[in-house]
Amino acid sequence: MTAPKTLFEKVWDRHVVVPETTDTPAVLFIDLHLTHEVTSPQAFQQLRDRGLRLRRPDLTLATMDHSTPTRTEQVFGGAPIAIESAAKQIRQLERNCAEFGVELFGLRHESRGIVHIIGPELGLTQPGRTIVCGDSHTSTHGAFGALAFGIGSTEVGHVFATQCLLQRRAKTLAIEVANRLAPGVTAKDLILGIIGQIGVDGGTGHVIEYRGAAIRAMDMEERMTVCNMSIEAGARAGMIAPDETTYAYLADRPRAPQGAAWEQALARWRTLPTDDGARFDRTVDIDAAALEPMITYGTNPGMVVPISAHIPERGDDPVFAKSLAYMGFTAGEPIRDQPVNIVFLGSCTNGRLSDLRAAAQVLRGHKVARGVHLLVVPGSQQVRREAEREGLDRIFIEAGADWRESGCSMCLGMNGDIVPKGEYAVSTSNRNFEGRQGVGARTLLASPLTAAASAIRGRVTDPRDVLNG
Amino acid sequence: MTAMKTLRSRTVVLPSTNIDTDQIVPARFLTTTTREGLGRNLFADWRYDENGRPRPDFVLNQPAAQGCQVLVAGRNIGCGSSREHAPWALLDFGIRAVVSTEIADIFRNNSLKNGLLPVVVDTATHEWLLANPGAEVTIDLEACTLALPTGTTVKFPIDAFARYCLLNGVDELGYLLSKDAAISAYEQRRA
Repeated sequence: MTAPKTLFEKVWDRHVVVPETTDTPAVLFIDLHLTHEVTSPQAFQQLRDRGLRLRRPDLTLATMDHSTPTRTEQVFGGAPIAIESAAKQIRQLERNCAEFGVELFGLRHESRGIVHIIGPELGLTQPGRTIVCGDSHTSTHGAFGALAFGIGSTEVGHVFATQCLLQRRAKTLAIEVANRLAPGVTAKDLILGIIGQIGVDGGTGHVIEYRGAAIRAMDMEERMTVCNMSIEAGARAGMIAPDETTYAYLADRPRAPQGAAWEQALARWRTLPTDDGARFDRTVDIDAAALEPMITYGTNPGMVVPISAHIPERGDDPVFAKSLAYMGFTAGEPIRDQPVNIVFLGSCTNGRLSDLRAAAQVLRGHKVARGVHLLVVPGSQQVRREAEREGLDRIFIEAGADWRESGCSMCLGMNGDIVPKGEYAVSTSNRNFEGRQGVGARTLLASPLTAAASAIRGRVTDPRDVLNG
Repeated sequence: MTAMKTLRSRTVVLPSTNIDTDQIVPARFLTTTTREGLGRNLFADWRYDENGRPRPDFVLNQPAAQGCQVLVAGRNIGCGSSREHAPWALLDFGIRAVVSTEIADIFRNNSLKNGLLPVVVDTATHEWLLANPGAEVTIDLEACTLALPTGTTVKFPIDAFARYCLLNGVDELGYLLSKDAAISAYEQRRA
């Protein structure tokens, strides 16, 4: 009998091409390489410089998302892309994909979208796969029981050339989430709560497995939100064991296995969950039922409080004081009712259909407060089409929101969608770092429910106050 | 990649904890398609005012920082985005080693692949370095030690393979390419 193994160990073991030794890391095979315009140009150049071919174009997929415009006239109307260097980067990806035979979802492609939204949407993100991308939020795909992590451009080049990476095996961290989330409390609040508890470096060197009743009760889109922000706790990856919810989501997706291949895949996937008695290097316990809607007040995702709480006091800690000064907040004051200028609904964290539905549920019949700009950016063109089919776009537009084409947009402001200096943005994205959404931008991370409620009132609002009338 | 055996340099100190890669290089500079020239954007929003003029109070703008090859930073430097532009910018500015009590995983990996040495030290050594900016330190990669001017020498951990690559100035791709037969065999087994 073999020793009990964790989900991570099973996926890892099945992808070792050359085992690790004291002197050398393991050679790990990569099943799916997702790539985009920002972190790939230097990697394609690496191939060119060394006269190498791209080993497995069939396991490589490119999209454009980070620096792409979200204004319809720039995407479809022939208007010039406002930022010339972004336009150049987009053209470079088109040339690189053509030269090396990589399938590309270009600017006007119906399947284009944020790389971490389209992988699952297409059914390419599957249990047991190793998935990498030159983007730290690759951890999103772990929601399916894949081992998925972000890499730098040099490693993007390694995967292009060899379909493998040199890796040391990470440590394992089990996060056991007991009980259920209360109404009005979402997957985003859970992951913010977890990061608040373990810290922005609490997962460093580890792969997290999220477990427990609250995780099992979640749909796939909620699980993706949780795994997405694993990197915000410093973890290499976050994983959730596949179950019937996973299989139901994947069935009949265009790139998922079909027919007999589906049955074979299913049999393989069912062997993946962590065995009883398997050991984790660390375990953290969280009570989902005790969580409130969470919101950040500082300049990293670990600076987070329940929405009814006050901004904490940390004595004379200079880093903490600098962070509050940047945010224009005072220790000890409530976070609720702080003024809001911009609300950003979107990103690989919360740009899926269920996120737009949740926000629309709050916004229906309401108007965005005077002076507030609500920017709604679907995570993919498919999410955009589905939302329009359901009439969610009408709810947003009638509330006074700006309804855009898909992309990363204001999460990192590379495409010119930025928060002006000094303004406050409640954002459903993943990072509240200084300047993340624009030079001098002040970001408060929260759920789509909290973002929508705050857009209506023009100040930080507990969504339960709006939902309960 | 340039080979590195020893590095003797004064330090420049950024004591903040959790310095993320968005600070090291803000996203608006990532529309570049090359590795070169990012040094001018290093810590851009801390380094320059809104008119693009250097802020005299920022440490990298001070005369003492010129020529420093060792950056001492607060705990958990390099968290956040996987952008390799962060180590590219540090190297282009002239930094060859980053010292802290904790260095974020992806940033550490990216640094090693470009000849930027991540050095993790104990809290006492770190506190001394934070309190003594400009101290001349010697990093010996062969011995895996960092020596303070006080005479104290501490060991630092580094992956054996990464160390081999840095000492010899070779990148990891050559090694991966040499495993072609094993990769092909794996692919056939899985097909």
